[in-house]
Amino acid sequence: MSAVLLVLLLLPLVGAAVVGAMARREDLDRAAKILGLALSAVSLVLVIVLWAGFRTGPGTPRFQAELSVAWIPAFGTRFALGLDGIALTMIALLAVLVPIVLWFAWAEKLPAGRTGAGFTALMLSTQGVLVGVFAATDVFLFYVLFEAMLIPMYFLIGRFGGPRRQYAAVKFFLYSFLGGLIMLASVIGLFVASDTRLGEGTFDWAALQGMAAQLPLSTQIPLFLGFFAAFAIKAPLVPFHTWLPDAGAEAPIAGGVILLGLLDKVGTFGFLRYNLPLFPAASRELAPLLLTLAVIGVVYGSLLAAVQTDMKRFVAYTSIAHFGFIALGIFAFSSQSIAGSALYMVNHGISTAMLFLVVGLLIRRGGTASMTEYGGVGRVAPLLAGMFLIAGLSTIALPGTNSFISEFLVLLGAFPREPVFSVIATVGIVFAALYMLWVFQRVMTGPLRGSAVVGDGPGAASAAVMTSASDGDADDPSARNLTARFGDLTRGEVAVLTPLVALILVLGFFPGPVLEVLEPAVSATMAEVGVVDPVTPNGVAR
Amino acid sequence: MAWTHALATAAPLPPVVPVEGGAAGAAWLLVALPALGALVLFVGGRRTDRWGHLLGVGTVVAAFVYGVVLFLGTVALPAEEQVRDLPLYDWIAVASLNVELGLRLDPLSLSFVLLITGVGSLIHIYSVGYMSHDPNRRKFFAQLNLFVAAMLVLVLGNGFVTLYLGWEGVGLASYLLIGFYTQRRSAGSAAKKAFLMNRVGDVGLAIAIFILFLELGTTQYADVFARAGEISPGALTAITLLLLLGACGKSGQFPLQAWLPDAMEGPTPVSALIHAATMVTAGVYLIARSNPLYDLAPIGQLVVTIVGAITLLIGAIIGCAYDDIKKVLAYSTVSQIGYMMLAVGLGPVGYAAALAHLFTHGFFKAGLFLGAGSVMHGMADETDMRRYGGLWRHMPVTFWTFTLGYLALIGFPFLSGYFTKDLIIEAALTAGPVAGWLLGGAALLAAGLTAFYMTRLMLMTFFGEERWRDLRPRRVDPADLEDPPEHYHPHESAASMTVPMILLAIGSVGAGAFLVLGERLADFLEPSIGPTVEPYDVPAVFYVGLVPYLATALMLVGAGIAYLVVGRRTVPVERPQRVSLPVRAARADLYANTINESVIARPGLWLSRALVYVDNRGVDGAVNGIAALLGGTSGRLRRSQTGFVRTYALTILGGSVVLVAALLTVGGFPG
Repeated sequence: MSAVLLVLLLLPLVGAAVVGAMARREDLDRAAKILGLALSAVSLVLVIVLWAGFRTGPGTPRFQAELSVAWIPAFGTRFALGLDGIALTMIALLAVLVPIVLWFAWAEKLPAGRTGAGFTALMLSTQGVLVGVFAATDVFLFYVLFEAMLIPMYFLIGRFGGPRRQYAAVKFFLYSFLGGLIMLASVIGLFVASDTRLGEGTFDWAALQGMAAQLPLSTQIPLFLGFFAAFAIKAPLVPFHTWLPDAGAEAPIAGGVILLGLLDKVGTFGFLRYNLPLFPAASRELAPLLLTLAVIGVVYGSLLAAVQTDMKRFVAYTSIAHFGFIALGIFAFSSQSIAGSALYMVNHGISTAMLFLVVGLLIRRGGTASMTEYGGVGRVAPLLAGMFLIAGLSTIALPGTNSFISEFLVLLGAFPREPVFSVIATVGIVFAALYMLWVFQRVMTGPLRGSAVVGDGPGAASAAVMTSASDGDADDPSARNLTARFGDLTRGEVAVLTPLVALILVLGFFPGPVLEVLEPAVSATMAEVGVVDPVTPNGVAR
Repeated sequence: MAWTHALATAAPLPPVVPVEGGAAGAAWLLVALPALGALVLFVGGRRTDRWGHLLGVGTVVAAFVYGVVLFLGTVALPAEEQVRDLPLYDWIAVASLNVELGLRLDPLSLSFVLLITGVGSLIHIYSVGYMSHDPNRRKFFAQLNLFVAAMLVLVLGNGFVTLYLGWEGVGLASYLLIGFYTQRRSAGSAAKKAFLMNRVGDVGLAIAIFILFLELGTTQYADVFARAGEISPGALTAITLLLLLGACGKSGQFPLQAWLPDAMEGPTPVSALIHAATMVTAGVYLIARSNPLYDLAPIGQLVVTIVGAITLLIGAIIGCAYDDIKKVLAYSTVSQIGYMMLAVGLGPVGYAAALAHLFTHGFFKAGLFLGAGSVMHGMADETDMRRYGGLWRHMPVTFWTFTLGYLALIGFPFLSGYFTKDLIIEAALTAGPVAGWLLGGAALLAAGLTAFYMTRLMLMTFFGEERWRDLRPRRVDPADLEDPPEHYHPHESAASMTVPMILLAIGSVGAGAFLVLGERLADFLEPSIGPTVEPYDVPAVFYVGLVPYLATALMLVGAGIAYLVVGRRTVPVERPQRVSLPVRAARADLYANTINESVIARPGLWLSRALVYVDNRGVDGAVNGIAALLGGTSGRLRRSQTGFVRTYALTILGGSVVLVAALLTVGGFPG
């Protein structure tokens, strides 16, 4: 299994190099894109193999598919990989999303001078580095990969993004880099502490976990905050979030899916893998503060999402609200809430990916992300509107969709110990319905209107708003013309979205297999933090 | 207080037994049939246009037939084996939490199954004709099937989380169907409003579930109800109040009633099925289902009765002022569900009465809505009663079936509503010395108001001058597509529409007597809701035997006033603007929307706008400022990317050097 994991890490990186080399020749562009897709498909198969071989249940080790080779002996860092349930689900999500976005990007129009091969290469390198980030069991390796992950995403935004892509890319970069530097201080601190306490310095996660958990609270807190800074920016939690709407709005759709769906999860993954187990006392001490940030994020993100007029920024703000839910579950310290958060990371990846892709398909037709340029799209593109609705319902955690399970687990699990935070966040479900249905109403329903729909084709600036009553019935010839020009989803586009729709529904009714994989890591994390589930008032242990 | 002595008489419910094979073993088919229909129609799209409606009707009728089989099978069992549980699989299991997806087959759920699939079948059949001109009829049937499936999950679920699945599922179906006429802006707003106000209620339901988990570690009915006594009194009060909040959202009860009249934007069969007969009664179902909790929570019960009493008055008062036939019926629904809510809050003396009224209301209100739809169908989709008049001779079947529904609703002796509404009023009189007067008085007063607004509706629609003769039909909505015809041609509807109306009219006439006489329904439901307490057997504020006479007298007074005010005068086609203050208030929905708007919507929008400012200027501004400080001017931040990345590479190199140096030299970090 460890060989499979190693291949999963290296294959996209090698592929990126090859595809990147092919990007120099225009006639190889198509071949490069096909190669990229094929490699991402192979990654998906490898992940399925890993998943099938992953053992769950009592007595199984937390980390599986482990592998460790000496890397820089001078300060005891090793190239060490291993998967627990949380890392495995994140890597699985990655393997599902990459082929989908590559397929989606196939038909995207790129900025002048950019090639599909170049794009594919950046995407593959992101995938490879992200596998490493999730699989690293050496803290130094994790840090290096955490920083390295910025580079391809920086280029994805800065080269392939929207009009303000330079600004957004630099902002993204500075935020993340700053957070990373602060984390670096903590990483060094850990090493030094291990040197003092264990007699030799190490970056091994398991060794550090055993050591760091014994550190006094006064030492744990600064170290905790160092990691927290990096992860809170990455996740992002309010008030470290302002890079995300810019990055989300300027990123190309396919890049944005990876950014919002996966890259950000490194933040919450980091909370679970580093903050909680390494600094349990600090985690418990600081939890009230972090829970406060979390519920502020839920309400703040939702309210801001409700008043956005740019669809991509809108999706970014909904994500900020959802990261609030995830952080709530993590710092509420119960089996249900932490499992809920880990599952939420997967589900948010799926539903946000779907939502962002649908927005992308809409922009492909209308030429703009501005909501005010659309109206009544459901009349000319009913399939597109239906897909938007499915993504939206998953985003607002309607029961029967995947997100319900995770949101329910987070809120229910948080309630016994943190009733106030849980109740405030529960009120957030009303805000969620508000922002999502409002956007759906403005963009998808009502009479046909907006220059992007009834203007002169994609990007038409002429504000030919149709208000006359005679427009658009499915049988009305003018509506048929518009349908033909604006265009409903093509077969290929439906095919891109279908796996996500299937995941949304299947995980909504059958989350069991994923929860089973997550459970050992969750209970291990609970033990490392030193908390047990609260007991009912009637003395019945749950 | 009624609930205290009722409490003493409440016996423990029979144990839950697992289903063992037989016809009930496949009860999931009840849900699966309409769900499959919805799936095929949604995925099949336009390819199913020609036969989609038949599939829609077929699956629901099949579910009904199967429901009858299950029902009869349950009746045949001894009472202590009638509450059965059919676990399907573990849905959400983490550590000690185990949410099981499964069905509870008991008299209560199976009665609802019959109501939902029975009335659902009739309305599906009606819709084949009603929607025949709509190019999106297939989509309509897909959504209607989705609704039936979700509603069945709601009533059949064997735990609160399964209920929640159905609960939000019907909310989605309702949202889709209210907004069915997507070209109308008003439909989109109404749909969104309905979903949002429902979600406010859903928050209550969700938190109630969390408290149950905290108190008992489970959310399955069987465990919760068996161990209800272990829940602390404070938590029980909280749970019951939060469940009530959920019920208020779904059932259009005060203070969350404002969405229901707007929901009339949906096609009329939707109004009949979802917003009259079934979904909006889910709140009553929830409280009746949770009777072991409410029986232990007197404060919760008291608040339920108060909400019911306020709502039944609000609905009846506003119903008197509207000219739109569907809105009058909608407020009538609000009011009638208020009656059910009042009764269900009274405990064992009221559960059976509430449910009896729920079922008879399902018949006559669905019939009234279908009748209204038939009128609209013949009147170019016009809903303004001021433009009707004298229609009885043009659509006789509609008229006669509507009349029977009308008589049943106002409680005309020996029709359905007469029996069931009287039961509620009688129960209300036993609520205690003060509460009995207030609740019973409200219920009696509203009975008179009901007779007034319904008689007004009858007179304006079917009697008097044929005011439509001189009018040109108008476009229902500015965004509507077809040009309206030159003249109104009121005509009787096709058989696919009139046959369901006739069947519902039969129910309107006979269901009350069938269910109430001999306590048939109360006895049947006993395994689910416990033994029913007779109002005659407990103290009341006055002799309950007077109620039938009093209610009938008030009905006659209300109808008589309507005749004097409306029937004997010419109805102006234009709505009079100079009206008294109470009428103006009633026309403005007693200012519910104004209050919502100014207390919630507008401040919320201001807050959001303020946050946008903070986000741009405050948070982001501060960050940009710091970035500018660190990296020089913001202009230099935007230097060409190649230059920037070179800097970055240098930074990494520099950082690594510092790192290695630090690692090799620093030794004495406090550890």
